[in-house]
Amino acid sequence: MAKSRSALVVPSIAILLGFALGAAVLLATGRSPIDMFYAMLQSVSGKNLRADTFNPRYIGEFIVQSMPIMLTGLSVGFAFRTGLFNIGAEGQLMVGSIAAVAVGLWVQAPPVIHVLLVLLAAMLAGGLWGAIPGFLKARFNVHEVVVTIMLNYVALYLNNWAIVSIFKSVDRIKTEVIPATALLKSSALAALTNGSRLNWGFVPVLLSILVYWFLIEKTTFGYSLRAVGFNKDGALYAGMKVNRSIVSSMIIAGVFAGLAGAVITVGTFSFGRALPAAEGYGFDGIAVALVGGNAAIGVFLSGLLFGMLKAAQPLMQSQGIPKDIASIIQASIVLFIAMKYGIEYLMKKIRMRKPPVAVEEVES
Amino acid sequence: MAYVIEMLDISKAFPGVRANDRVTLQVEQGSIHALLGENGAGKSTLMSILFGLYLPDSGSIKVRGKDVRITNPNIANGLGIGMVHQHFTLVHNFTVTENIILGLEPRSGLVIDRKRAAKRVREISELYGLKVDPDAKIEDISVGMQQRVEILKMLYRDAEILIFDEPTAVLTPQEIRELMGIMRRLVKEGKTILLITHKLREIKEAADFCTVLRRGRLIGTVPVAETSEQQMAEMMVGREVNFHVGKGPVKPGAVLLQVEHLNVRNAKGLLGAKDISLEVRAGEILGICGIDGNGQTELIRAITGLTGIESGRILLKGEDIAGLGIKERTELGIGHIPEDRHKHGLILDFRLDENFVVHSYDREPFSKMGVLNFGNIRANAERLIKEFDVRCGQGGVTSVRSMSGGNQQKAIVAREIDRSPEVLVVAQPTRGLDVGAIEYIHKRIIAERDKGKAILLISLELDEILDMSDRIAVLYGGEIVGVVNAAETDENELGLMMAGAARKVS
Repeated sequence: MAKSRSALVVPSIAILLGFALGAAVLLATGRSPIDMFYAMLQSVSGKNLRADTFNPRYIGEFIVQSMPIMLTGLSVGFAFRTGLFNIGAEGQLMVGSIAAVAVGLWVQAPPVIHVLLVLLAAMLAGGLWGAIPGFLKARFNVHEVVVTIMLNYVALYLNNWAIVSIFKSVDRIKTEVIPATALLKSSALAALTNGSRLNWGFVPVLLSILVYWFLIEKTTFGYSLRAVGFNKDGALYAGMKVNRSIVSSMIIAGVFAGLAGAVITVGTFSFGRALPAAEGYGFDGIAVALVGGNAAIGVFLSGLLFGMLKAAQPLMQSQGIPKDIASIIQASIVLFIAMKYGIEYLMKKIRMRKPPVAVEEVES
Repeated sequence: MAYVIEMLDISKAFPGVRANDRVTLQVEQGSIHALLGENGAGKSTLMSILFGLYLPDSGSIKVRGKDVRITNPNIANGLGIGMVHQHFTLVHNFTVTENIILGLEPRSGLVIDRKRAAKRVREISELYGLKVDPDAKIEDISVGMQQRVEILKMLYRDAEILIFDEPTAVLTPQEIRELMGIMRRLVKEGKTILLITHKLREIKEAADFCTVLRRGRLIGTVPVAETSEQQMAEMMVGREVNFHVGKGPVKPGAVLLQVEHLNVRNAKGLLGAKDISLEVRAGEILGICGIDGNGQTELIRAITGLTGIESGRILLKGEDIAGLGIKERTELGIGHIPEDRHKHGLILDFRLDENFVVHSYDREPFSKMGVLNFGNIRANAERLIKEFDVRCGQGGVTSVRSMSGGNQQKAIVAREIDRSPEVLVVAQPTRGLDVGAIEYIHKRIIAERDKGKAILLISLELDEILDMSDRIAVLYGGEIVGVVNAAETDENELGLMMAGAARKVS
């Protein structure tokens, strides 16, 4: 089908153009784009082609960088399939993180169960945070973009207040270390990747991708959400509960983002952190969802791509390439995706210039 | 007589479709020339080429004998070609004059010279008998008047050749008659008119020549005076056509749908439907006619549950359903073919098979415990596609957006009839469709009536109402101003009631 082909071709072209632009910027400033590509390759494979050394720690860090943005990507993507723009993944993530710290520090439970409780609490908190804009939209038609943006700030300051006042942070920066029973940390995984921060977080991430795919594509619930997303009036006509769909979609979006908060807090780190500003996972999620076409497998692949861009930054810097180039590439990929129609138009023009092929007779 | 427009051997292909295949169209100066064809026959493509929206792959265009290359609409305007689109392009809170001069404002110094503009508009209006008030606001004038403003816009820009795209779709019978008069007046003053339509009666009434297209090919150009409607229809469809729906005598049964003193507010919060009472019996079609915006939408929305009501009762088999949701009503036996098939009838980005189950996706056999059964959904689609002759490129997985309007509508009709609801609310079932599809859809609706279903037909097409209905109710100003037997009335009587000039409540 032509449609699914263009769903693959356009992002691919956009990604290539993004890298080309990044390379061009490097060339223009007198640096070698080859170095950049080596750095990126190394961040994915662990292999330094120049020095012919191999360090699996890079692979571990690459995966660690990819995990939370896949989840926020799922969060944004899920809301988007229902026609909602969830800018609030960042806030939902922070609230999830607060809940993870709370359950991690205050609840005592056996090893596996404790982690599961932490994850569950984070998902619940994220879901509740997502329910607020969902409810306001459904009940009072308040635009979710406005509400979610503001809730991001509320979540940020709530987090910083909680770290100091609730969790009694001594240095006002981080909480005490969460007990090992509540952590996703694994010494085996760390050892395997030469001491990287790789942890069991990839399990809930992969499960989330599966759940996302199943919910959206295979269930009646996903069917009605997609119907609402494509055509609210049509869904209403068919007797679907449009308002209920809006709320449930935002809740589930919040659940994914909340889980990301737990994966960061009890996986990448092992303590709650006060933040000077939002860390941008929510916005990365928008980019991941956009490039991944809001599809489960797409979010997975674009999560890897953007994870790589993040993971490559320290390596690039060590080679004398400004790490901001990675941000330029990321931004320009998003920009080129947004120019979807332009790319499709150019593709059509190029195809038209080829000698016309025999057109089949119209049969009806 | 000289040809003012000659489009010679025009071909235009889109991926997979030959929209125009060596089509020749020659239009005489000062004539009304109709362009007839089913949806997808290539009329719009041909006119878009003439108007500079597409470039032809091959062929040539001559205007007044001179070879021209029309690469954009500005060139077409420069050549004196103007188009009155089906969907008007007017600014609603501007006056008639302001709309007409938009983009070409006469100035005195830095300000717009409204007086001069209004004077010129009035002159043109009088010359062609358009009777438009230059100072009226668009939102205050009728649709027929708005169309005249569109015509004035063309004339103000010195258009000599006017293309009318389905101009009568939104008009009442009286307005159509007046439009025909205006077109004749325009031609008398030396203009040339190209009329795109699939309504044969209008061609017969107004046009001098008729060019028929079918599947992108030229079938022929005939002088209208010497050709019957039947002949033109056959040229258009390529087979014999039945105009009048074969319909047996009505055998009304029990009252299935009853509406009592129904008041409904419209989008502006005013009473759009006032004190409406009607009943529809099993085995009959009750037609609702009226000019657009006289309460039809409110009535439909109230019965099907899309909006709440202000007061009154809606009884389905004696049970009041006014307080129920859409889903409950659907399950109790109300079917709805909505007036806006893109807004309500279909999820355009869904596949065809998904669209067939919008009401029933959450029930067996299409899902079990919340998980969709795509095997059954697909099989259901294949069955309906076959049974209702829905033409789609790739079967059940066809994107509905890519289907033609006629086949989209067939898909909705298939879905609603297949659910076999006892009361079927049918709104504008054939708007914008071609003769073949209209014939088919009418047949299926009549078949439902004969099976003993109660059918409420709402249409702006008077022919359709007269042809299909057993009884007809007329809406004017949100009220029912007349209920008549279809066999005992005619266009004139209905037209007068639709305009609010007569009342007949039996």
